[in-house]
Amino acid sequence: MLSIKNLHANVDGKEILKGINLEIKTGEVHAIMGPNGSGKSTLANVLTGNKSYEVTNGTVLFEGKDLLDMDPETRAREGLFLAFQYPIEIPGISNATFLKTALNEIRKYNNLAELTPKEFLDRIKDKAKVLGLDDTLISRAVNVGFSGGEKKRNEIFQMLMLEPKFVLLDETDSGLDIDALRIVSNGVNIYRNPNNAFLVVTHYQRLLNYIQPDFVHVLSKGRIIKSGGKELALELEEKGYDWIKTKEFETEKV
Amino acid sequence: MNEIEEKKTISTETSSDDMKVLDDLTSSEYKWGFITDIESETAAKGLNEDVVRMISKKKNEPEWMTEWRLKAFRYWQKMEEPNWPNVHYPKINFQDISYYSAPKQKPKLNSLDEVDPELLKTFEKLGIPLGEQKLLAGVAVDAVFDSVSVATTFRESLKEKGIIFCSISEAVKEHPELIKKYLGSVVPYTDNFYASLNAAVFSDGSFVWIPKGVRCPMELSTYFRINSQDTGQFERTLIVAEEGAYVSYLEGCTAPIRDNNQLHAAVVELVTMDNAEMKYSTVQNWYPGDKEGKGGIYNFVTKRGACRGKNSKISWTQVETGSAITWKYPSCILQGDNSVGEFYSVAVTNNYQQADTGTKMIHLGKNTKSTVVSKGISAGFSNNSYRGLIKIGKNAEGSRNYTQCDSMLMSDKCGAHTFPYIEVENESSKVEHEATTSKIGEDQIFYLNQRGISTEDAVNMIVNGFCKEVFKELPMEFAVEAQKLLAISLEGSVG
Ligand SMILES: Nc1ncnc2c1ncn2[C@@H]1O[C@H](COP(=O)(O)OP(=O)(O)OP(=O)(O)O)[C@@H](O)[C@H]1O
Ligand SMILES: [Mg+2]
Repeated sequence: MLSIKNLHANVDGKEILKGINLEIKTGEVHAIMGPNGSGKSTLANVLTGNKSYEVTNGTVLFEGKDLLDMDPETRAREGLFLAFQYPIEIPGISNATFLKTALNEIRKYNNLAELTPKEFLDRIKDKAKVLGLDDTLISRAVNVGFSGGEKKRNEIFQMLMLEPKFVLLDETDSGLDIDALRIVSNGVNIYRNPNNAFLVVTHYQRLLNYIQPDFVHVLSKGRIIKSGGKELALELEEKGYDWIKTKEFETEKV
Repeated sequence: MNEIEEKKTISTETSSDDMKVLDDLTSSEYKWGFITDIESETAAKGLNEDVVRMISKKKNEPEWMTEWRLKAFRYWQKMEEPNWPNVHYPKINFQDISYYSAPKQKPKLNSLDEVDPELLKTFEKLGIPLGEQKLLAGVAVDAVFDSVSVATTFRESLKEKGIIFCSISEAVKEHPELIKKYLGSVVPYTDNFYASLNAAVFSDGSFVWIPKGVRCPMELSTYFRINSQDTGQFERTLIVAEEGAYVSYLEGCTAPIRDNNQLHAAVVELVTMDNAEMKYSTVQNWYPGDKEGKGGIYNFVTKRGACRGKNSKISWTQVETGSAITWKYPSCILQGDNSVGEFYSVAVTNNYQQADTGTKMIHLGKNTKSTVVSKGISAGFSNNSYRGLIKIGKNAEGSRNYTQCDSMLMSDKCGAHTFPYIEVENESSKVEHEATTSKIGEDQIFYLNQRGISTEDAVNMIVNGFCKEVFKELPMEFAVEAQKLLAISLEGSVG
């Protein structure tokens, strides 16, 4: 579904991603872990087309199409979704209005009819229930005055509403209390199916207890320095990152 | 059968929600730039006492009206054009302007069927809800085409309630006692340069009078248009709500593309007596000039309301997207105790547009309250200034003002300026002023992009959100119109 080859990217002229290679197939969940500042969010921003990040080398194919050639909204309409590490506030625009516009744009692009107001409302109610999202949060302005945890929940709510094919979760677990973590993970697991795929950025094993990954990768200084199965995350939890950095530099070439 | 189908389409249109607006966007060219092919009768250029007399005579005015105009003209001759606003334009040659223009046809018509079909087509292009549409939208339209009113509808049903809604010219003849009492009572002919000029040469406009205790059952609306080249427009509007009356008035306008700058100097006077309430909403979309700043309307307007009675209220809401230059300060004089003044404004400037706009709240009565919410949006190379005066007099004990003044910048080359003036002459009153300036957020745009929304639509959404507090004051149809205008005037402006 997503094929990243030798991806290099700069921010403000400084190289942050230094040759990322990653293959993600339909139905798979990949986790990316790695120290602060290693480039995890940068990777998410580059994949979704944030113009502050400049791609200097490499290719990314999404379902065979050249992703880097598309503008951000086209990537979204093709089915790419990023749950932001820091969700943005849009004053004066209700969550519902925002989602209705987004959903209709995506459906239009995919030659689907707009939802009727009733269908839209039913879907909202349905998905809000999965995440235990309060009704008032849906009519309130997008993320304005939301608590940290509410913002994260709202991201996953949007994911359920928009039904993307490929989902990037950027530290969706941070800021969530124990119950919220379970509810949000449950939302993700409900949505997970053989036709979509996930790339989950996290620092903590506890999220991966809920959302079990097929593969775990370690990103350090803009490179993937180790890849493995879900047991790798457990190992990292125990030992930290230092042992890989010193011992196993060769895996980056795999 | 056909008729029923037609109605259906219309009713779904009126029930459209705000999001439909964002789908509707098409081209950024000024959509309503056309010239109606109707012969006009236009006066020669220049202004002197004879021209003033000619205008008065053309309109069959009584002697006292002619005299009032002449007094204004003589006063105006001694006045200087103001130069304090933060706007810049080549000096206007007031002798190079024609001061009267009327369509060459009999202005007295009994029904819409008698109106020139060309004219009706024009109204259609402007989206004016005439005929059946009016009923559905519940809007009565007194359409001003150039200088003379050609069609007035709904007058009958208003008449039943004793409401007068007609052109000023007509009112001068039919209701001289009301005109003598109220015309110039809020904006005297000595008030300012443009108001004096208007008093001398005003062409036409609307007159509304709501009798004691009557609630006007529908929104009253006027569409203004400038249609003859080089013809200054000098509209004059007077609205009076007697004790306990209520009225909501809508003013909207569009103008055709022109190369020459056109002068527009309107005067609007509002009066509310005890316990009366008035809402005056404007969507202003005069031709702003092209991308290089060529052409466009000069809009120098004096709008003022007097809350004469106790517990009375006047509320101005305006959405300004047009004009090359806007100079406009809808104001409230809060004379009656406990009276309330409100000003909600969105002013958008793009390309080389200049706007110096704001309000004056003059508190004279006790416990008077005023609220000012101003949203300025600047794009391109434009300049957008808010100028506001809050004056609380010595006797206006216990009065309150709250002012919120937010500016949004869409580019690095535009400007936003705030000039607040505050004068408080007693100790028991309180004035609050809040101001913010922000650049439209790239992170906000990216967030919306990432959800499948184009940059164009993202900008509209962010801007609409920014203006929400003002839009919610507008009647529904007008709010939709306002959002459309904002979208059109800001197209391609982020940078
Ligand atoms: N917009 C930006 N402007 C300037 N520097 C940036 C920007 N985005 C990222 N960087 C820099 O790039 C490097 C990688 O940042 P990134 O946010 O990708 O790290 P991360 O792996 O997500 O870290 P964390 O675990 O703390 O979220 C950091 O040094 C960061 O300061
Ligand atoms: Mg990060």
